[in-house]
Amino acid sequence: MSRTLGPFAAVLRRDLLLAWRGRADVLVTLAFFVVVVCLFPFGVGAETNQLRSIAPGVLWVAALLATLLSLHRLFAQDHADGTLEQLLLSPEPTVLWVVAKVVAHWIATGLPLVLVAPALALLFDVEQGALGVLVLSLALGTPILALLGAVGAALTLGLRGGGMLLALLVLPLFVPVLIFGAGAVDSHLSGTGADAHILLLGGGLLGALALAPVACAAALRIAVE
Amino acid sequence: MLYAADLACLKGDRLLFRGLSLQVAPGAMLRIAGPNGFGKTSLLRILCGLAHPEAGEIRWNGRPITGDRESFHRTLLYLGHAPALNDLLTPLENLRFACAAAGDDVDEDACVDALVRIGLADQLDLPARVLSQGQRRRVGLARLFLGIRRSLWVLDEPFTALDAAAVADLATTLSDHCAAGGVVILTTHQDAPFAVPPTVLDLSEVAA
Repeated sequence: MSRTLGPFAAVLRRDLLLAWRGRADVLVTLAFFVVVVCLFPFGVGAETNQLRSIAPGVLWVAALLATLLSLHRLFAQDHADGTLEQLLLSPEPTVLWVVAKVVAHWIATGLPLVLVAPALALLFDVEQGALGVLVLSLALGTPILALLGAVGAALTLGLRGGGMLLALLVLPLFVPVLIFGAGAVDSHLSGTGADAHILLLGGGLLGALALAPVACAAALRIAVE
Repeated sequence: MLYAADLACLKGDRLLFRGLSLQVAPGAMLRIAGPNGFGKTSLLRILCGLAHPEAGEIRWNGRPITGDRESFHRTLLYLGHAPALNDLLTPLENLRFACAAAGDDVDEDACVDALVRIGLADQLDLPARVLSQGQRRRVGLARLFLGIRRSLWVLDEPFTALDAAAVADLATTLSDHCAAGGVVILTTHQDAPFAVPPTVLDLSEVAA
């Protein structure tokens, strides 16, 4: 047991430590999220009803873009310094440490977005009862974005212009998450209840957790070859 | 025993070598020689299972290495061209992570001892980015001094950027590993003082 968990725990601890030492990068992602959200009232006008109705979509799109912005960092450094080769030569299953890397990445970049989102929602005058649904939808949805994005990041690793390609590759895959994520808050506000959306996001998360690491591991093996 | 038959390697649309066969018995050291661009690193990566050969097969102790990747990689220690150091971590953190990621159960004291032995006693707590090239190289090599029981060592230019004393120390360690029944496959451009001169495989002679 402890041996199988060894590489998982080692990668998780190391990546969290690296995120802490390079926290400027993490703060940039968070600042991007806040700034993008704050731009919308300037663009569409400060009419309260309108802001209230666009808030879920705006927060979700901003979270999605902020996630996209940080994705290229997931494997790039390890690929450049040779750590990725060593990890691929580990006798332990590749998917284990891939999941560890994605979890660490989400804790460093996704979790702060989830925690800041309610404060930003208040700027849009979203009613307080919906804040819980917003946080829950982001907490379930942003890990899906990180898992899907990890596959894209692995596929575009080491390519010239990989950042643009990564965006083209993963943004269409993010669409269902966006629909159900923003939809959860909307349906709560309209009174139909967010259960269905939340359950679908939960199912999506489990599905992504089962499939994305395998695809990501295969893509990484191709990338180092 | 490492056995490879009829290997071919294609880089882009250029055939680096083909029909390459080699056999390394326990206790033997093989030096892959040849000018730059003749596929030394490519061959090492193929032998490790990091890259696939265009043709041919590789067996370790009689079994194809692709058949049972995990048990093959449990006996393999590969140090590539890049030293696998993260600039934000200290040498000690880098070494401990390298061991943990490889699934080796090594405690902190053993890691400190290995780093001190290789001449990094004063750099244990500095981030790797302030180390010199030779010092970075040493951190990567420290895994060889941990006494980990991995029988196949595949080393890409291990002597690069090391000073004379470190070269002699490393050569002794490699000779000891072979004397204990291990296998060493390495590339190098310099003559190192090995106890027993290694067998040489010159890629410029088998080039396609």
